[in-house]
Amino acid sequence: MSEFLIYKLILVGSVFGITLFVAAYSTYAERKVAAFLQDRVGPDRAGPFGIFQPLADGMKFIYKEEIIPVVSNKFLFVLGPCLAMLTAMMAGVLIPWGNTLIIGDQVYSLQIADLNVGILYVFGVVSIGVYGIMIGGWASNNKFSLLGAIRASAQMISYEIAMGLSIIALIIMTGTLSLGEISAQQAGGVGGDWNMWNVVYQPLGFLIFIVCAFAECNRTPFDLPECETELVGGYHTEYSSMKLGFYLFAEYINMFVSSAVISTLYFGGYNFPFMNDLGLDHNTISIIGTVVLFGKISFFIFFFMWIRWTIPRFRYDQLMNLGWKILIPLAVFNIFLTGLVMILLK
Amino acid sequence: MTLNAFYFLSFLAIMSAIMVVLSKNPVYSVLYLIITFFCIAGHYTLMNAQFLAIVHIIVYAGAIMVLFLYVIMLLNLNKESEPHKSNVLKFAATICAGLIMLVLIGSLKGTENMLQQQPAAADIGLVKTLGKVMFTEFLLPFEITSVLLLAAMVGAVMLGKPESR
Amino acid sequence: MLTNRSKLVVKKEMTFAEKIYLPAILSGVAITIKHLFRRKATVKYPEKQREISEVWRGQHVLKRDDKGAERCTACGLCAVSCPAEAITMVAAERKKGEENLYREEKYAATYEINMLRCIFCGLCEEACPKEAIFLTDRIVSTDYERNGFIYGKDKLVEPVNERVDISKRQTPAVLAFKQQKRLSHNK
Repeated sequence: MSEFLIYKLILVGSVFGITLFVAAYSTYAERKVAAFLQDRVGPDRAGPFGIFQPLADGMKFIYKEEIIPVVSNKFLFVLGPCLAMLTAMMAGVLIPWGNTLIIGDQVYSLQIADLNVGILYVFGVVSIGVYGIMIGGWASNNKFSLLGAIRASAQMISYEIAMGLSIIALIIMTGTLSLGEISAQQAGGVGGDWNMWNVVYQPLGFLIFIVCAFAECNRTPFDLPECETELVGGYHTEYSSMKLGFYLFAEYINMFVSSAVISTLYFGGYNFPFMNDLGLDHNTISIIGTVVLFGKISFFIFFFMWIRWTIPRFRYDQLMNLGWKILIPLAVFNIFLTGLVMILLK
Repeated sequence: MTLNAFYFLSFLAIMSAIMVVLSKNPVYSVLYLIITFFCIAGHYTLMNAQFLAIVHIIVYAGAIMVLFLYVIMLLNLNKESEPHKSNVLKFAATICAGLIMLVLIGSLKGTENMLQQQPAAADIGLVKTLGKVMFTEFLLPFEITSVLLLAAMVGAVMLGKPESR
Repeated sequence: MLTNRSKLVVKKEMTFAEKIYLPAILSGVAITIKHLFRRKATVKYPEKQREISEVWRGQHVLKRDDKGAERCTACGLCAVSCPAEAITMVAAERKKGEENLYREEKYAATYEINMLRCIFCGLCEEACPKEAIFLTDRIVSTDYERNGFIYGKDKLVEPVNERVDISKRQTPAVLAFKQQKRLSHNK
């Protein structure tokens, strides 16, 4: 039992570390991708190719002057960014980071916890994520922060619904809520067990899900909660120093986690084609699988950035129209279609 | 371990529930209410009803309380703007709350012999079991609930519509 | 209408293909990914410097003559011609025994160019009757304070030992241009 506990602790620690590492380097990647898409070079002064840029940015955030407005509610003002960070970190628990490892006669799963409500837990965490923004915006005691917080939370609540509905069609198909099982069902391999990735069966669901993921992460073209240029900064107008850093950092963690969820749900998770035909032993395939999963995640993180530097942002009424009048009916239609096909194929 | 967790959660739930009533600032009340909901979700998990726990968080903490917070933040309530309530209203409220308490105590009495009848199966709260029960034994109440929700939705749309002419 | 690129904005209903946005997004995404592989326009400055034109106009120099005496006679024509009014000077009379320092009887005791005002048009060079001031291919260095950009004689006059080469800028075209203006001193 204690050995099991130690193993889980190590796993939790490494997932925590990797999440922070990937999020930190996402900030670097963001600037590099932006630069490359605009025919520039990007940050290249801190270390070779600027790879120490995230450290420099972090140091800068820490050493900046910390301002807490006098009229603000101090406890809630500090609580806001903490909550944002906490909820962003929580969803990583459920992602199956790889298949099982067999050492001796012990089987170690590379998933911290496989709840049988899996994907619902992710939604639970996402829905709590709104509080960090709302509390921060309200505690600032500033009209523009409050309006920004309300703008952000209205957007997030609206797109949560379409996101949930788009997932239902997938659940009808897979018959399970557990992310571990959904991953295992997509085990690739040409031959006896020819299982396609879910995106082949659920293209519409995937499309709706990824659009909603963009909106939930406050990424362009749905970055109205922040839009630095034309509206006031939004919920974090009054924030400075590392507390602002936490809000911005939480966004990158969210991006990482949602990339992981997208890869797991629709792109086979740690599975890759021909994985059972290589003739390698189980552990090797598991390790390659983990690497492949991180490759998929990296691609989706790149995709988030790629879209950001391509598409301008929506107007707020367009955003709401898209969420309520297009995505939700589409998602319902997708559920109906999936159900119909499932019944016909039976 | 489970018992300790139960006591801790219960203590936290009751304390924050009391704070909901005592807080002067309505925003604090809502925040305490959210903590209460989380404690209740914790209780569900202790009873191995994970589905119920997570739905509780999604629906109550994640959606309904956000809307509460929304409205209260926008209204900017404070002591000055609080309307004075007459004694008759207070009296009526006390009686209503008392009646609800009576009902709750009554329903708790009923569960006493239920507990002794059968030890709950380990998988009683899991999604599969719950789904099966809901779509066979309790199909009619379930469908009626959905009709009720639909009616509420139609009502909301009607209220939200701008008045024509 | 000069460029033939102006477009009339028409507010018409979008077609279905336009309404679903996806084709437009895909074409946009294709454009940006192409730029990912393009050659980058950035020049990494301190390590690599951009090639500059022969007639580049950079930091000024006050020339000395062959014997090492300052050519400037503080006539003030450069200050008059300067459109940005960046040049100021104070004239002084040459004393006995200073013949090796100053070429003419009158010289500039102080001579200041405010590099923040200067637009590097080169009119001072053109106006100068004594071939004293020239613009060179040197870049005005940065500073943290505005005071640092007011260049006095210490920075403008070339040292006796290290003469500043200005021949590069004096291309035949430039010389011809100067001749055109029929300025007798430029023979």
